[in-house]
Amino acid sequence: MTAISVQGIEKSYKDLHVLRGVDFEVASGSIFALLGSNGAGKTTMVKILSTLLAADGGTAAVEGFDVAAEPLRVRESISLTGQFAAVDGILTGKENLVLVAKLRHLKNPGRIADWLLAQFNLSDAGNRKVAAYSGGMRRRLDIAMSLIGDPKVIFLDEPTTGLDPEARLEVWHIVKKLANQGTTVLLTTQYLDEAEQLADRIAILHEGRIIANGTLAELKQLLPPAKIEYVEKQPSLEDIFLALVGAGSNDSVKDRS
Amino acid sequence: MNTHFFSDTTVLLGRSMRHIFRSVDTIITTAITPVALMLLFVYVFGGAIRTDTDNYVNYLLPGIMLIAIASGIAYTAVRLFTDMQSGIFERFQSMPIARSSVLWAHVLTSLVANGLSLVIIVLVALLMGFRTSASVLEWLAVTGILALFTLALTWIAIIAGLSAKSVDGAGGFSYPLIFLPFISSAFVPTETMPGPVRWFAENQPVTSIVNTIQDLFAQRPVGSDIWVALAWCLGILVLAYVSATAAYKRQIA
Repeated sequence: MTAISVQGIEKSYKDLHVLRGVDFEVASGSIFALLGSNGAGKTTMVKILSTLLAADGGTAAVEGFDVAAEPLRVRESISLTGQFAAVDGILTGKENLVLVAKLRHLKNPGRIADWLLAQFNLSDAGNRKVAAYSGGMRRRLDIAMSLIGDPKVIFLDEPTTGLDPEARLEVWHIVKKLANQGTTVLLTTQYLDEAEQLADRIAILHEGRIIANGTLAELKQLLPPAKIEYVEKQPSLEDIFLALVGAGSNDSVKDRS
Repeated sequence: MNTHFFSDTTVLLGRSMRHIFRSVDTIITTAITPVALMLLFVYVFGGAIRTDTDNYVNYLLPGIMLIAIASGIAYTAVRLFTDMQSGIFERFQSMPIARSSVLWAHVLTSLVANGLSLVIIVLVALLMGFRTSASVLEWLAVTGILALFTLALTWIAIIAGLSAKSVDGAGGFSYPLIFLPFISSAFVPTETMPGPVRWFAENQPVTSIVNTIQDLFAQRPVGSDIWVALAWCLGILVLAYVSATAAYKRQIA
């Protein structure tokens, strides 16, 4: 099953030709990473797929619905977590979740909110204003809001940009759990290790085109075969940091408030 | 139009009403400047101003209320602009909701917030000696005209909020609107003004609205002013609504 299919998508902003014919497909229930440097057009691609922006050319479909012809059906199937946490700082965490549940016309919005607060280790902070949350907590709430209504496809636009290493691991953990439950995840990232850690398939967007698309193993074959070298294994600064602050395991996701 | 328009608008209205009641300062600041102007004109300049009435507060109140509305709608532009900046706007747009409800929630919030500011102003005016024997029907007519004026200006604020490049820009557009009542019959009768100014004052929207409300409060026959006032309000409303909707369509492509 194909969850997302993109064919020949083009988009320009005035003279700037951002997307020059992008093609890719994402299988249902997989994690697909769109990798590219800043300004490569990742966000533009996500906006077109989430019906926020109209493409100049080409076609794109999510869950079989064309984004241009049936945008409402697409919106019923997706959830977008944008580059900047799309939370309401004046409302509390719980009110944010209730708001989205009501806008998705679900029954028992309060119960859904409480359940998600518990799932994302935000129960204690649920009645506090979001303006007082840390970056990691905002991101967790942001993703929790995106899960309401069990969307089939989730777009995560640079979900870990600006997060500290612990919060980053939390987000990775959440994304993996989502995919295990059968949700299709399309994430954009400029971090190579993030794509390597999470994605079933990786596509590299460069100068408006997909220049490589495959599994990590397939992409590795594009390069000359690996040589065996012996290098002393030095701990990375991230290893040291995480060992010192004691957040090595993903199970003990902590609430830093 | 989407079948969820009313329920979505209600939910989003609840959200922005929470914003207002958690920052009551916006309602109070909307009321403070007009109240200060009212004090200034009644107790400082008032003695030197000749109007046909013996009660200058009665004469002044309608214009003061219009100034309050013109400054109050700036908050709507700022709230809309802030939504668009924060990304919550894009979240709403990517959800299966009636898209126009996002704007209507802000518009209705503006009506409520300005209404509350006006209540504060009328209460202060009563303390300062404002008196009217207007009947329920006349009060309803005054409320209706003020609501229509608020609605028309709010849609202008929506255009500003949608097209602004900065928070200052979103809020700043209202200054010329705040200034309009000064060049009208709101503070002094237009007869005292020199030719061109008088022509402008007598033919701009504020004068007909002010005259209508003054007449309604004083239980004088309103004459043709009310139709001119309604025509102005409806004209601005339709024009602003159409431009705002077009600007919105451009935003959400």
